[in-house]
Amino acid sequence: MDNALRELYQEVILDHSRHPRHYGAMEGASHKADGYNPLCGDRVTIYLKLGDDGRVADIAFEGKGCAISQASASMMTDLLKGRTREDAEKLMEGFLHLVKGEDAPGLSDDDRETLEVMGGISEFPMRVKCATLAWHTYKNAVEEGAT
Amino acid sequence: MTAQTTIKPAFDAEAARAQFPILSRTVYGKPLVYLDSGASAQKPAVVLDAMRDFAQTDYSNVHRGVHFLSAAATDAYEAARRTVQKFLNAAREDEIVFTKGGTEAINLVAYSYLMPTIQPGDEIVLSVMEHHSNIVPWHFLRERCGAVLRWVDVDDDGSLDVAALDAAIGPKTKLVAITHMSNVLGTVTPLKDIVARAHAKGVPVLADGCQGAVHEIVDVQALDIDFYCLTGHKLYGPTGIGALYARRAHLKGMRPFNGGGEMIREVSRDRITYADPPARFEAGTPPIIEAAGLGVALEWLVGLDRAAVAAHEHDLIAYARQQVSQFNWLKVIGDAPGKGAILSFEADGMHAHDLATILDREGVAVRAGHHCAQVLMERFDVASTTRASFALYNNRADVDALVAGLAKAREVLHG
Ligand SMILES: Cc1ncc(COP(=O)(O)O)c(C=O)c1O
Repeated sequence: MDNALRELYQEVILDHSRHPRHYGAMEGASHKADGYNPLCGDRVTIYLKLGDDGRVADIAFEGKGCAISQASASMMTDLLKGRTREDAEKLMEGFLHLVKGEDAPGLSDDDRETLEVMGGISEFPMRVKCATLAWHTYKNAVEEGAT
Repeated sequence: MTAQTTIKPAFDAEAARAQFPILSRTVYGKPLVYLDSGASAQKPAVVLDAMRDFAQTDYSNVHRGVHFLSAAATDAYEAARRTVQKFLNAAREDEIVFTKGGTEAINLVAYSYLMPTIQPGDEIVLSVMEHHSNIVPWHFLRERCGAVLRWVDVDDDGSLDVAALDAAIGPKTKLVAITHMSNVLGTVTPLKDIVARAHAKGVPVLADGCQGAVHEIVDVQALDIDFYCLTGHKLYGPTGIGALYARRAHLKGMRPFNGGGEMIREVSRDRITYADPPARFEAGTPPIIEAAGLGVALEWLVGLDRAAVAAHEHDLIAYARQQVSQFNWLKVIGDAPGKGAILSFEADGMHAHDLATILDREGVAVRAGHHCAQVLMERFDVASTTRASFALYNNRADVDALVAGLAKAREVLHG
């Protein structure tokens, strides 16, 4: 089979899309935002509890869409839980580089390894927006989504 | 008088296919299998060559100069109008207005025909399977003038509920706006019946023929229809050109939409009079090369045995329908009797975009999404579908490639 496809739809991603982590609406979220990609109809809602210490104390998502958009959201929630907002910001920046096939110097080795799973999307420029939807929605929730 | 029959050569699908240069290219090292003609059709070499030749030998602006080339270009532009007239069997050439596409043709009717007279509470009847270009202009009239949109449902197989349409036409109805062929379901609507029912209540009918004109033979006089819209790029012609057929009586009463050069009779500081149709609706320099290209595309199309073309396309859709029925995880949306060559489907646990990406890597180009028909998506309770749309140049091998690609997608996404 086509290697690029195998990269894109690797087991980790399919597993996240079939069994999304932190899935479902959150009671008492401090921040919330909806993301929508009108081109393909992908939707995600991100719920956050931001702690006084500036950390992402809790995170959850709900959504509907392609395997890539939903897997990316699921992986993101896994990664961001417990992180400081600055850390999260750095992760996002690194992720946005990786999905474009660029170097992401700011990432720790562990984070890079986790995020590189999504790197295969760089071969599919028409699909990059699917992968980044959840991250942009997270950012939107933090910046403008106080409930 | 002796009856004349023109014998056209039998339709040879492989020979027709060979006339489309792009179809011999590869993508990702695989032969291109183009199943997205519903979005835009490829163009035969005769059209591409004619456009280049025209630009190299006869091109200039139209209706303006007295010089040689201006006359040559004007002749070509007006000849293309007569070709569209013949293609639709309109009674007069001045009933054909060139537009930049189907979308602009519908907007022209909304702004120039309906908007000046519509009153709050007046109704526009349309079906749930319309393309956004036959919805949004009417929403404008709802938002700006208080018009009411009356929606007509389709059956579960995608057939139009004509009795419901009839029932929706009431004393306040000002227009029925209906597709000739759905770009998602492939459903072909019984226009003649619809027009008869609407006219019985004194209501005019607009048909969105962007898909229908490609696959059906259209005779606007036999249909007795008021407005018929088409778009060039789905008709094996170029982008940037389309046409509105409108009855002379309607056009004469319509106010202009765009203002500019070419559409006036006289302009002074405080007075203006307008040109007669169709010039009144063709402000500014039109897409001249594209109009010429559309003319050539239509001449080429009517030069084929169109009944045989239709039979070929119906064979393809029937074959595709039968082949995909082996997948119990796949659900076809739109099974109306006599439907055109469009296959939309949903796949269990596989999103249309993932499917389309995997098919793409096999060289198979399909469309995934809402197809500019969100009202229809809502009707069938789906967020998106995958759509394979066929043209006269497709063959059974293309269907086989689609089917093989679908099996592969299942394997990639479900192991
Ligand atoms: C049924 C239908 N109506 C209208 C349109 C709009 O045509 P265009 O985009 O060429 O104006 C399309 C094509 O996208 C269509 O399929």
